[in-house]
Amino acid sequence: MTRLIQNNGRGNIMGETLLQVTNLTTRFHSRGNLIHAVNGVSFKIDKGETLGVVGESGCGKSVTMLSMLHLLPPAARVVAGTAFFHDKDLLKLNSREMQRIRGNHIGMIFQDPMTSFNPVLTIGDQVGESLIYHNISNRAGAEKRVIELFRMVGIPDPEARLKDYPHQFSGGMRQRAMIAMALACEPELVIADEPTTALDVTIQAQIVEVVKDLRDRLGIAIIWITHDLSLVAGLADRIMVMYAGNVIEEATTEDLFDQPTHPYTLGLLAALPAFQASKNSKRLSSIPGSPPDLRAEPTSCPFLPRCSYAINRCAIEMPLAHEIPGNGSTPHSVACFVNTQERITVQ
Amino acid sequence: MNTSPEPLIRVEHIKKYFPVKLGAYGDKKATVHAVDDVSFEIFQGETLSLVGESGCGKSTTGYTLLQLHRATAGVCFYKDVNLTELSDNQLRPYRQKIQIIFQDPYSTLNPRMTIGTAIAEPMMTHKIATKDNVAEKVVQLLKDVGLTERAVNRYPHEFSGGQRQRICIARALACNPEFLVCDEPISALDVSIQAQIINLLQDLQEKYNLTYLFIAHDLSVVRHISNRVGVMYLGKLAELGDKDLVFYNPLHPYTKALLSAVPQPNPHTEKTRKRQVLTGEIPSAINPPSGCHFHPRCPLATDLCKKTVPEWRKMEDGRFIACHAA
Ligand SMILES: Nc1ncnc2c1ncn2[C@@H]1O[C@H](COP(=O)(O)OP(=O)(O)O)[C@@H](O)[C@H]1O
Ligand SMILES: Nc1ncnc2c1ncn2[C@@H]1O[C@H](COP(=O)(O)OP(=O)(O)O)[C@@H](O)[C@H]1O
Ligand SMILES: [Mg+2]
Ligand SMILES: [Mg+2]
Repeated sequence: MTRLIQNNGRGNIMGETLLQVTNLTTRFHSRGNLIHAVNGVSFKIDKGETLGVVGESGCGKSVTMLSMLHLLPPAARVVAGTAFFHDKDLLKLNSREMQRIRGNHIGMIFQDPMTSFNPVLTIGDQVGESLIYHNISNRAGAEKRVIELFRMVGIPDPEARLKDYPHQFSGGMRQRAMIAMALACEPELVIADEPTTALDVTIQAQIVEVVKDLRDRLGIAIIWITHDLSLVAGLADRIMVMYAGNVIEEATTEDLFDQPTHPYTLGLLAALPAFQASKNSKRLSSIPGSPPDLRAEPTSCPFLPRCSYAINRCAIEMPLAHEIPGNGSTPHSVACFVNTQERITVQ
Repeated sequence: MNTSPEPLIRVEHIKKYFPVKLGAYGDKKATVHAVDDVSFEIFQGETLSLVGESGCGKSTTGYTLLQLHRATAGVCFYKDVNLTELSDNQLRPYRQKIQIIFQDPYSTLNPRMTIGTAIAEPMMTHKIATKDNVAEKVVQLLKDVGLTERAVNRYPHEFSGGQRQRICIARALACNPEFLVCDEPISALDVSIQAQIINLLQDLQEKYNLTYLFIAHDLSVVRHISNRVGVMYLGKLAELGDKDLVFYNPLHPYTKALLSAVPQPNPHTEKTRKRQVLTGEIPSAINPPSGCHFHPRCPLATDLCKKTVPEWRKMEDGRFIACHAA
């Protein structure tokens, strides 16, 4: 309780690394095929920071997070990498240790809260259960705390809603309950995997406001996964763009929008109708082709078949992330051989 | 754009109510007011979009207009034909002129039918093609939607989501329609693919002088593709007018709130933008609020709004609005 009331204030706690993922590589075995879902992903997040993870479906956003949290389906295996949370490598923990971290230190919010709640238990019991499980409350204190959490995420009439079953909640309210559950143990990091994708924009706006408010008051770090660049524009401190299991560009939010550099990022931004509204052009610019087949061993740039900037080198070598000059407080890095701003090949 | 003043489609005071059973034993009867007195016109060659939160009646409006649902009240005209009066048999010749594309292209394609057969079938049913020329027409349609003739002998599962939507568009075009209802045609597609399909729909509109009723919840796509936009709330139209009027100078408090909720791809303005966040949730269409359906969530609501349904009236700038306060 006391931890929740502390006003950490954003900013002054940033700069201290909370999670550092290096070279994370995850593969699926599916019907005789090896699927290269995550191919050497590296990133970090500081205390109190909000990181937006953007990319179209199938690019490995969820699998990256599930790999760290030991929540992969049986067909998947982490084959390389480390994921240091403070000084512990999450990938080396046993299942008991991991269970303590999940919920206690890392909270999760998924796209479809219906599948995350047990349909035959009341929502109040389920949120309360995690408090008891992690020894945060005893049974008597749990209910009081759940009411407090419900109030915090804006569920009206919390005393009554406590006794409702998941199907009695609307989609937006279920998502709020899910946030309450993720916050129950006062985590340092919340991973939100497309939490508003299934909701209306009006409800999405409500949820975003709730999360922003809680983040600013509690100093929680957030990884917000989405396919919608506009959504993280107002929410994230930093954005990483993924394509085919790789991080292809990473920068502060402002830098990414002001100086998008990877051809895929350029394409994603240009395809946003809102981005073109000012240009009043009749046609939307689109990215030709479709996302790649992940069965092939990645030996060339995965974006090559759809790229209009490609040079010979892109077909023989995988471009690695390198830093480029930027205006942000953290580095701007991009995995591309071509400097699209000037069309000069990097050495 | 070739807009003549003669409307191609006219919808007057349509209502669509669904009887439903409630209660633990399904013993309580109730009525869903899915569409509750909606009127609009769609002109030849234009795109009219319907927007609004899910459940507000956009799809039901589209289906009722196409006579896939029969209206509870009101009339729908295609040119000067009153579709609501016609029997299913009498409707057949008009069905080919008014077509629909759905959100999920997979569920509307038969998984065991080749793409060639799926596109040929409606042409044969409506006697638009003969055995001799059907193959040629199928290939032409595939080309129109950006696919090659190699698709003919393949099955739906062999295609990506975007390609399947192209196939559905080809099939909808097979009977030379004049009017297409596009019900969330890009909602299930990846961002990079959405723009391809939007461009395709616009190219085809130009090529075949098509008229669209475009249903979507992505407001920035709607702003791009529409000539006029109608905003629905709980079975009723709140505001309808020129896209630029509705987007840049909205008058209805609901339109304002809806637009304010849309995130903009600009971190500099977005991080400090004060949004007008609508409180509360969409009320149930089973017991819609009295008077103006929006009054419980409206910042401008007065006693009048609680009691009296606002009239659907035309403003000086040509838009329509239903609001006591605006
Ligand atoms: N259950 C699974 N079986 C086989 N492959 C899978 C499974 N789940 C995910 N994948 C593969 O992993 C890739 C990345 O998936 P995911 O991380 O869920 O994408 P995202 O969250 O970015 O939409 C997918 O393109 C798919 O090929
Ligand atoms: N066949 C049906 N039976 C009962 N209720 C329906 C049926 N179809 C739609 N509805 C209800 O009508 C309302 C409007 O639905 P719909 O037209 O699908 O909304 P939208 O397309 O705007 O999301 C909703 O409350 C929905 O639950
Ligand atoms: Mg995912
Ligand atoms: Mg619908």
